[in-house]
Amino acid sequence: MELKTASAGTLESGDIIVEISPATSKGIDIQLKSTVSYQFGEQIKKVIKETLSELNITDACVNATDKGALDCTIKARTIAAACRAAGKDLWLD
Amino acid sequence: MMFVPGNNPSMMQDAYIYGPDSIMLDLEDSVTMAEKDAARVLVHNALKTIDYGKTEMVVRINPLSSPYGKKDVEAVVSAGVDVIRMPKTETAEEVKELEAEIIRVEEKLGCVGRTQIMAAIESALGVVNAYAIATASKRMMGIALGAEDYTASLKTPRTPEGTELLLARETIVVAARAAGINCFDTVFSNLNDMDAFRREVEAIKALGFDGKSIINPRQIEVVNEVFAPKAKDIEKAKLILAAIKEAEQKGSGVVSLNGKMVDKPVVMRAQHTIELALASGIITEEEL
Amino acid sequence: MAKELNVPVYEVGKNPNVRAKVSTPRPELQKQASKVVTLEEAIRKTGLKDGMTISFHHHFRGGDKVVNLVVDKLAEMGFKNLHLAASSLADVHRPLIEHIKNGVITKISTSGMRGALADAVSRGLMETPVNFRSHGGRALAIKKGELHIDVAFLGASSCDPLGNASGYSRSENAKSICGSLGYAMVDAQFADKVVILTDDLVTYPNTPNAISERNVDYVVEVESVGDPSKISSGAIRDTKNPRDILLAQTAAKVVINSGYFEDGFSIQTGSGGASLAVTKFIREKMIEKGIKAKFALGGITSHMVKMHEEGLIEKLLDVQSFDMVAAESLKNNRFHKQVCANEYASAEELGSAIHWLDMVILSALEVDVNFNVNVLVGSDGIIRGAIGGHPDTAAASALSIVVCPMLRGRIPCVVDEVTTYITPGDGVDVIVTDFGVAVNPRRPEIAERLKAAGLNIVDITYLRDKAKSIIGEPAALPFGDKVVGVVYNRDGSVLDVIKNIDDTNV
Repeated sequence: MELKTASAGTLESGDIIVEISPATSKGIDIQLKSTVSYQFGEQIKKVIKETLSELNITDACVNATDKGALDCTIKARTIAAACRAAGKDLWLD
Repeated sequence: MMFVPGNNPSMMQDAYIYGPDSIMLDLEDSVTMAEKDAARVLVHNALKTIDYGKTEMVVRINPLSSPYGKKDVEAVVSAGVDVIRMPKTETAEEVKELEAEIIRVEEKLGCVGRTQIMAAIESALGVVNAYAIATASKRMMGIALGAEDYTASLKTPRTPEGTELLLARETIVVAARAAGINCFDTVFSNLNDMDAFRREVEAIKALGFDGKSIINPRQIEVVNEVFAPKAKDIEKAKLILAAIKEAEQKGSGVVSLNGKMVDKPVVMRAQHTIELALASGIITEEEL
Repeated sequence: MAKELNVPVYEVGKNPNVRAKVSTPRPELQKQASKVVTLEEAIRKTGLKDGMTISFHHHFRGGDKVVNLVVDKLAEMGFKNLHLAASSLADVHRPLIEHIKNGVITKISTSGMRGALADAVSRGLMETPVNFRSHGGRALAIKKGELHIDVAFLGASSCDPLGNASGYSRSENAKSICGSLGYAMVDAQFADKVVILTDDLVTYPNTPNAISERNVDYVVEVESVGDPSKISSGAIRDTKNPRDILLAQTAAKVVINSGYFEDGFSIQTGSGGASLAVTKFIREKMIEKGIKAKFALGGITSHMVKMHEEGLIEKLLDVQSFDMVAAESLKNNRFHKQVCANEYASAEELGSAIHWLDMVILSALEVDVNFNVNVLVGSDGIIRGAIGGHPDTAAASALSIVVCPMLRGRIPCVVDEVTTYITPGDGVDVIVTDFGVAVNPRRPEIAERLKAAGLNIVDITYLRDKAKSIIGEPAALPFGDKVVGVVYNRDGSVLDVIKNIDDTNV
C-alpha cells in the first residue's frame, strides 16, 4: 500500500499520537515513547501492529508518543493515522 | 445528558463514573474540521469497547448535508450507539432522511430498529416545525433545545433570564408531550455560577422538561437534586398507587383515597413520581 | 539540651567565681551573645566529624534553602561520609545528588523523597539504602536513640540571639513563614547539638517559641531560609477537578454516615485536592446538623482554620501548617497549638494525639486487595512520595478512610499487592474510589451503616478486577537486585524494602 507520512492523536493525558510513514525496510517498525512503558510498552506495540495488520498494512514506520491511552484509543488513533497516510477510509471498507 | 467532546479520549472513558443518565459524545461543534475523521474512529472504538454500564449512549453527528454526516451514521450505528442526536433539525423530512440512512446501515448489520433518534431544534424554523419533527419517525425518542443557534436565528442575544427562549421551550415541551416522547433543555455554560444554574434547572423542570443537557460533571448533582421527587410527594404517590390496587381488587373503577375520589391526572402524576423516584434510586422496586 | 549557655548572665549565682552583677543593658548584652555565629563557626563548634548524623526539618517544603545551604558548606569544609536525617525531602533538594556522588552524604533517613533525587535513588545512586520512616516512627526512633542525631540544623522563621525559635514572626522583617515547627521540635529536644538558622533575628524574648533556647547551641543568621512563594500557597484553592470532587463527596458521605460523626468528634485530613474538598462538604453537614468537632489534628489547612474561627472546630493541633492562612492562625489563634511529632503521632508516647483521633482521611498511590496502602513508591517503581503520618494515623484512629481513584490514567491504583508496603491493611478501614467504596471485612458494622446510607459498597476485589478490565494486565516492573530503600514500621521494625529500577533492557 502506498503511504504518505501522517499522524493522529494528541499529547493530552489518556491519548497517544501515532505517526505513520513509509517503510524503510520490510515489516512494521515501531518507535514508542510512553509514560507507562514499563507496564504497557509491549501491549501498546502489539495493538498498533495488530491494527495495521487488520488494515492490510504490512510495511510501515510508526512513531508513537503515548500518554497512558487505553487499547481502544490506541487502535482508533492508529486507524485514523493509517487512513490519513493511505488517503482513504480503510476501516469502513 | 452530559456532553463530552468526541476527540478527547480521557473524558470519554471517564464520563460515566459521574452517573449521568446519558452521555452525548459529540462529533459536531466540539470537533474541528481537521479532526472529524479521527474523532469518528475514536467514538466508534469507545462505543464498541468501553463498558458504559446502564448509561444511555448518544452521539451527536454532523449534519447529513455536510461531508461528514453519513460517515458518522455508519460509524456509530455499526458500533451500537443507543441514540443518534441530529443537530440543527428544521423539518420532518430531515428526520426521515436520517432514518433512511440508519436503516441502510442497520440492514447491512442485520439489526434493523436498534438505533433511536433525538432531534436538536436550534432555529426558528425548527421550533415552528417542532411537532412535525417529533412525530417524523417511530425512532424519535426525544427533542432537545439548542439555545445558542436558536437565539442567533432570532437575531437576539441570550440573557441570564432566558426570556428569549420561553416560546421555544414551551413549544418543545408541548410538541414532545403531544408526540409522547421526551424533551431536553439546552446547556448552561457558566460553571462558576451554580446558583443561577440551579434556578434555570428549577425553571425548566416547572415548564415540563424531562431533563437538562450539561457540560460538566459538577452540574449533575444539581440536576438530580432538582428533578428528584420530594419525599412528601413520593409518600403521597405510594398511597395513591395502593388505592388503585385496592380499587382493582374490589373490581371498582373508581379510585378513592381518604374518602375522596382520585382523578385520572392525579393518578398519572403519581405514577410519574414513582417512576422518577425509581430512576433516581430514591426508592427500590421491593419497597413498592 | 545546649551544653554551653554562652551568655555570662547565666553564670551569676551559679559559678562561685562570678560574683559581680552583669550590668550591661540587656538589649546590648543580647547583641554580644556568643551563640550567634557564622555557619562555618557553628559547624566547627559543634564538633561535627565525618560519619556523623546531621538532621533537618521540612517545614519549608519546596521552598527550603537550609538543606542545600548547609550541605554545600559542609562539602566546602571537606566533610565526608555524613548521614543526612531529614523529616522529609522535596524536589528542591536535587543538589544532594552531587554531594552523594562526591561522598559528602553517604546515608539518608527521611519520610519521603520526590523529583530528581528520588529518581536517582530509585535507580541505585546510593550504596547504602535510604531509611524511610513515618513522622511518628521518626520521632520515636529519635527519642529511643535508634536514630541518633549529632547535629541538627533547623531553619526558623524567627529566632532571638539566645535561640528561642519560631516558625512565624511578629517582627516587621519577617521573610519566610512556615507556621508550626512540629517535626523540628523533636530534633531540637534530642540532638546532641542544635544550630538554628534564621533570616529574622529578633530581640529576646521570641515567644511563644516552638524551640526553647535551652535546647539551642548556636544561632546563625542567614540571608534566607526559604522561598516564601514555594513554602506554601496563600490559601489552598478548592479543586475544580470533577473526579476529586466526586471522591470528596463520597468520602464526606462516608464520614457523615460512619457512626463517628457525632458532637465532639475529632478529625485529620491530608492536603490533597480530594482531602481538602472533603472538609468543605463535612463543614456544610456540621452546620446543618449542629455538630461541632473537638479538634482537628496533623497538617492544618485554611479550611480547618476557617472552621475553627467559625466555632465548628474547638481546637487545632498543628504539626505542620499546610498554607499561609494556617501559619497566620497559629500565630494569632489561642487554641491553635503546635505539637511536636512525638506528641502528634508517636506509637509509644503517652498521650500522643492520634490515639484520640476519631477519623482520618488519607490518600494513596496504591491500595491492594488486603487493604495495604502504598504512598511512597509510584506504580512505575520510582520513589515519588512521602510516608508522612499515614501509618501512624491509620493504625491509631477509630476509623481510617483512604481516598484514591481506581485508575490514574492507565495505572491501576487498586492492585493485587502494593509495590511497597507502607501502611498495613489491618489499620485501613474504608477505601473510597470513583468506582465504589470498599470496606475492610474487619469492620462489618461500618459496611452496614454505609450501605444503609445508600453508598455504593463493593468488594475490594471488584475494584481490582474492574481496573484490569479497563486497562488490561500490566507487565511486571523492571526491578533489579539492589536494595535502595528500607521502610520501617512505626515501632522501628523493618516493614519492606525497595529495590532499584533497572530499565536498561526495557
